[in-house]
Amino acid sequence: MAAVSLRDVHKSYTPELKVIHGVSMEIEDGEFIVILGPSGCGKSTLLRMVAGLETISAGEIAIGERVVNDLEPKDRDIAMVFQNYALYPHMSVYDNMAYGLRIRGLSREEISVRVKKAADILELGDFLKRKPRALSGGQRQRVAMGRAIVREPQVFLFDEPLSNLDAKLRVQMRGELQALHRRLGTTSLFVTHDQVEAMTLAQRMIVINAGRAEQIGAPLEVYAKPATTFVAGFLGSPPMNLIPREGKLLGIRPEHLEPCAASDALLTIDVDLIEPLGADTVVYGHVGDSESVRVAARLPAHALTREGKLALRYDAANVHWYDPQSGRRIDT
Amino acid sequence: MVENRPWLTVFSHAVLIIGAITIAFPLYVTFVASTLTLEQIMQVPMQLWPGDQLIANYTQVLTGGSTTGSKAAVSSMLVNSLVIALVIPLGKMAISVISAFAIVYFRFPLRMFFFWMIFVTLMLPVEVRIIPTFKVIADLGMLNTYAGLTVPLIASATATFLFRQFFMTIPDELAEAARVDGASPMRFFWDIVLPLSKTIMAALFVIQFIYGWNQYLWPLLITTDESMYTTVIGIKRMIVGSDAANEWNLIMATAILAMLPPALVVMLMQKWFVKGLVETEK
Repeated sequence: MAAVSLRDVHKSYTPELKVIHGVSMEIEDGEFIVILGPSGCGKSTLLRMVAGLETISAGEIAIGERVVNDLEPKDRDIAMVFQNYALYPHMSVYDNMAYGLRIRGLSREEISVRVKKAADILELGDFLKRKPRALSGGQRQRVAMGRAIVREPQVFLFDEPLSNLDAKLRVQMRGELQALHRRLGTTSLFVTHDQVEAMTLAQRMIVINAGRAEQIGAPLEVYAKPATTFVAGFLGSPPMNLIPREGKLLGIRPEHLEPCAASDALLTIDVDLIEPLGADTVVYGHVGDSESVRVAARLPAHALTREGKLALRYDAANVHWYDPQSGRRIDT
Repeated sequence: MVENRPWLTVFSHAVLIIGAITIAFPLYVTFVASTLTLEQIMQVPMQLWPGDQLIANYTQVLTGGSTTGSKAAVSSMLVNSLVIALVIPLGKMAISVISAFAIVYFRFPLRMFFFWMIFVTLMLPVEVRIIPTFKVIADLGMLNTYAGLTVPLIASATATFLFRQFFMTIPDELAEAARVDGASPMRFFWDIVLPLSKTIMAALFVIQFIYGWNQYLWPLLITTDESMYTTVIGIKRMIVGSDAANEWNLIMATAILAMLPPALVVMLMQKWFVKGLVETEK
């Protein structure tokens, strides 16, 4: 296990085409870090640079004490789980897991011990002789993780490993990933565009937008105090409302809005959409005319059944302020 | 067809039956002729049921060829044909699979230029470049040798192109996973790419085996020595002159012998062949 440092890492394919604009982060030994961002933001590229599958245009990446910029992936002591699993189709589950170990010249007995151990952890014992195509999506996913585990690497790299699974399986694998990390304690970098995965898995997360790190921090901290309007608008479902007020942007999360008497209203919206979700109801509406900002509010389950004017109030403690030009948070 | 139109059924069956007879009848006549004596063949009309000369005719051609035309034993021709029909596909595959691997997985200067150079040779089959090729082979002293018979036919743009197309369908992640696993490029080639190409190689083998076995013009040009004749050439050399002078029973026996190995290869490899053409194991 090892710490990972990203020091002002840049990536450009051509002088004009830059995809990562200087990302710095210190990842502690054993930490589970989620790299979160919309598609095309460069998060996978960042991970692949750590893996050694992409070159580093400028800056430094260190795993442990070693700067790995010029090392081949195999020499970086990492293991990677790919989005489509990238299992070798013609090899059995056992061989898929054993392949990397054979190349490293481990003895037959050692390989067998390690594969059996990983298979036990992942409950793959019954499938060792099967080919990947005879496995379900969840089982393939587990084989891909098994292939990473047997190498006993310093760092695990996950590239959207859950995005090909159906919703139910995803929740289950999320739990298994967490349990696995508790058990092995290996430093992990996990790329995803799914904020639920990020919130539930991460010890710390790094939110990337257009090749820049918008915010680094623990999930709840990032959720409670988004550093920029991008983070505010990306995390949360529906995301934070951003309403222009006095030349600034007032940010308020939908769950912090509550209905009130018209006389106490801090905000009145014209509700045009009601989405009952069972546990609660999300209502949407405009603050002023239909050109103005749209606001979402998360209300108790049966709070509102009809469209029309709705008076809302909020607690001043839950308000965030942002600079409309830079998008940065203004702390008062 | 879901429609129930009796006349259509009758018509389509008729077409199929006529088609089958058109293909099968000459084959049957060939077989029958190979079991008759020359006198029986010369009778008009020729009898259409097998005679009793089967063993005699086949023994004669396998050991001594014809008596009036070429006297080279067909058994040694079969061996020659087999050698050629094996060396050509194996050689082709060995060369094409590596060149396709290089073109798909390595970035080197002028990569696309080399690819197109290989591709352009598709326009130059043996027949088009036959005179310069003959000159080169003759100058190298390769007339009447296995090398002369096979080498000019081995270089293949078709196979290279097929392999390239196949390799491009292998997901990049597989190469990356192998890289992370520590596999060198050639190790990746041996352990991942080759096993995945098994079915397409089987399909290519069948096609190229038949291509090699049926070679006519090139072996005809460069073999003058009876011991280097291929079966197909053997048939040609047995035909010496006027219709009556030829021992058609022996020629037909040789023709049947020439047909058997390709048919066998197709039958035995049929499953793989179809798999390679329609299915990719990924």
